[in-house]
Amino acid sequence: MTTKVSMAAAINLALRHAMERDDKVLVMGEDVGALGGVFRVTEGLQKNFGEDRVIDTPLAESGIVGTAIGMALYGFRPVLEIQFDGFVFPAFDQIVTQLARMRYRSRGTLTTPVVVRIPFGGGIGSVEHHSESPEAYFAHTPGLRVVAASNPVDAYWLLRDAIESDDPVIFFEPKRRYWQSGELETDRAASGVPPMGSAQVVRSGEHCTVVAYGAMVGTCLAAAELGEEHGISLEVIDLRSLSPLDMDTVARSVARTRRAVVVHEAPRSLGMAAEIASRLHDDLYYDLEAPVQRVTGYDIPYPPSRVEEDFLPDAHRVLRAASRTFEY
Amino acid sequence: MSEFEDPIVQLLDPAGQLSDAAAAGAFSTEQLVGLYRDMVLLRRLDAEATALQRHGELGLWAPLKGQEAAQIGSARALGPRDFAFSSYREHGVAYVRGVDPVDMLSFWRGTQHLAWAPKKFGMYGYQIMIGAHALHATGYAMGIAKAGNVDRADPSENEAVVAYFGDGANSEGDLNEALVFAAVYNAPVVFFCQNNHWAISEPLTRQTRVPLARRADGVGISGMRIDGNDVLACYQATSEALERAHSGGGPTYIEAVTYRVGPHTTADDPTRYRDSVELDQWLLRDPIERLAALLRAQGALSAEVETDLEQDAEALGERMRAGCKNLPEPILDEQFEFAYAEIDPDLRRQRAELAEHLAAVGRA
Repeated sequence: MTTKVSMAAAINLALRHAMERDDKVLVMGEDVGALGGVFRVTEGLQKNFGEDRVIDTPLAESGIVGTAIGMALYGFRPVLEIQFDGFVFPAFDQIVTQLARMRYRSRGTLTTPVVVRIPFGGGIGSVEHHSESPEAYFAHTPGLRVVAASNPVDAYWLLRDAIESDDPVIFFEPKRRYWQSGELETDRAASGVPPMGSAQVVRSGEHCTVVAYGAMVGTCLAAAELGEEHGISLEVIDLRSLSPLDMDTVARSVARTRRAVVVHEAPRSLGMAAEIASRLHDDLYYDLEAPVQRVTGYDIPYPPSRVEEDFLPDAHRVLRAASRTFEY
Repeated sequence: MSEFEDPIVQLLDPAGQLSDAAAAGAFSTEQLVGLYRDMVLLRRLDAEATALQRHGELGLWAPLKGQEAAQIGSARALGPRDFAFSSYREHGVAYVRGVDPVDMLSFWRGTQHLAWAPKKFGMYGYQIMIGAHALHATGYAMGIAKAGNVDRADPSENEAVVAYFGDGANSEGDLNEALVFAAVYNAPVVFFCQNNHWAISEPLTRQTRVPLARRADGVGISGMRIDGNDVLACYQATSEALERAHSGGGPTYIEAVTYRVGPHTTADDPTRYRDSVELDQWLLRDPIERLAALLRAQGALSAEVETDLEQDAEALGERMRAGCKNLPEPILDEQFEFAYAEIDPDLRRQRAELAEHLAAVGRA
């Protein structure tokens, strides 16, 4: 059955259903209780599941992740909310030195099924440390699964999968898409949403493949609309999983279009696009008609919000990059 | 006024009565009127900025209403050679340090990350990361001590630092590490905690089981618990702590017990999580009203003084409204110059790419 919901509501529903299904699932974070989170993603959960399962934590991000690791070792499945992307850095130590390594360190005998939800990215006119795209740090860390949702139904199923996963998952939510609504299908088979780890072609096209994740998927779909007016047919792939990468889906598309653009808000150097471009050059060297193009944030810290519109990739930049692939 | 029984230092009670006349005698009428004036203007500054946010001129604002005494009282104790590090709510401290309120707005409007020149005002800019600056304050103070600028023959040459933070910050690792460093190096730093009882939606009890001032004992430094809505107690306690720091006596932790009357920020709605009864009780302890009551009783608050002050507040509001809209817009191209001492060829290429793109789409 489908209903029209916002991404925030879809994530809320995924948490609710996961908690109903498994009483080991807990929600932890700053202001997730009575307030329902600063984005209202956990709204009503504490009322329904109680303070034992929906836990307002002290203001200590390292503490949130560190104690979740302990609870996971005891048998719980904590789903953490880091209030804003920039606030994950005090928890970086626990995520990288502990959460990511528990299975490896124990030769596979211990698991820490913790999900770390992080609203990420810019475009909401906010102050410093509220518009970051830190995904590459985590994708660069072996032992973590890293995913990014782009729309309500995807967010719902990705989160359900993340909570089921026995590996720790860093779950990125594009905050500027929280209030965009879409159809939510809560029957998995009918939803057509692939399992966590898979990418998905979200728009078919002929001339060039555009790969994106999170908020940039919407931007790339807009670029595809724009492209149609200019006679350029873009195929848009929602990467969904940043670690591991589903290169089969990406390569299958690029083998056909022979051109690729990779898009993210995060700075360019050593970002996700660099990895994907490298893999495409490895696998499709003889098929590519042009070097893989990158449309990204610039290699400077996120700017003051009054100028973020110039910083963030938009449909025009994506389309111009796609056009460049025809100049070779 | 507090869930804990530990004593609270108070010089001026909510009714405007001096509870320790001897200590309060240290304040001249002129000084009392000055503190009153500061708080009234600060309340206007805060209300004006809140209104500007409501009108879409600011992206966000963190109101300080209710915390005027804690900020004005403590900041007025700082000397010109002292330095402050603050969170994002200390508009009153910035005001006392001489920062133009219009410059404060630039941060919240999104035109710049650092709203004023720290060295010029003896105060670093707004810090968003909770508690991060407590370490910076401690390190700055360690620098002061290393440079020999404590316990000098001429006391006017002494320097010290005040770190401003809230009850929630006490839970962060950085704050606790700052206390450890400050203690073991005997750094000339004052930790000024405005316990306003709420970290967004989380009450004080989510951060601590004991009064925050007891943190001082845990690391072996001086601690004080004061009425944060009593501007005289805030001034006196901070003066004492700074005197200790200046003379080589090391750090002090001050817990100023106050209340966040408004929302966490303009994006917050406190009616979702807190009781209006609690708010009503705190409104009876207003920091400005009690000083007004004292001044009236002393005959120091004439109609003329009040009228002048109202006019000044009105002028401040007008200046903020006009200044906000005229703040220079940031230019992304310029931002490329600030990430490194020298811009490298690679980044220069990206900068050129930006210019080329903006020109191509007609946004240059």
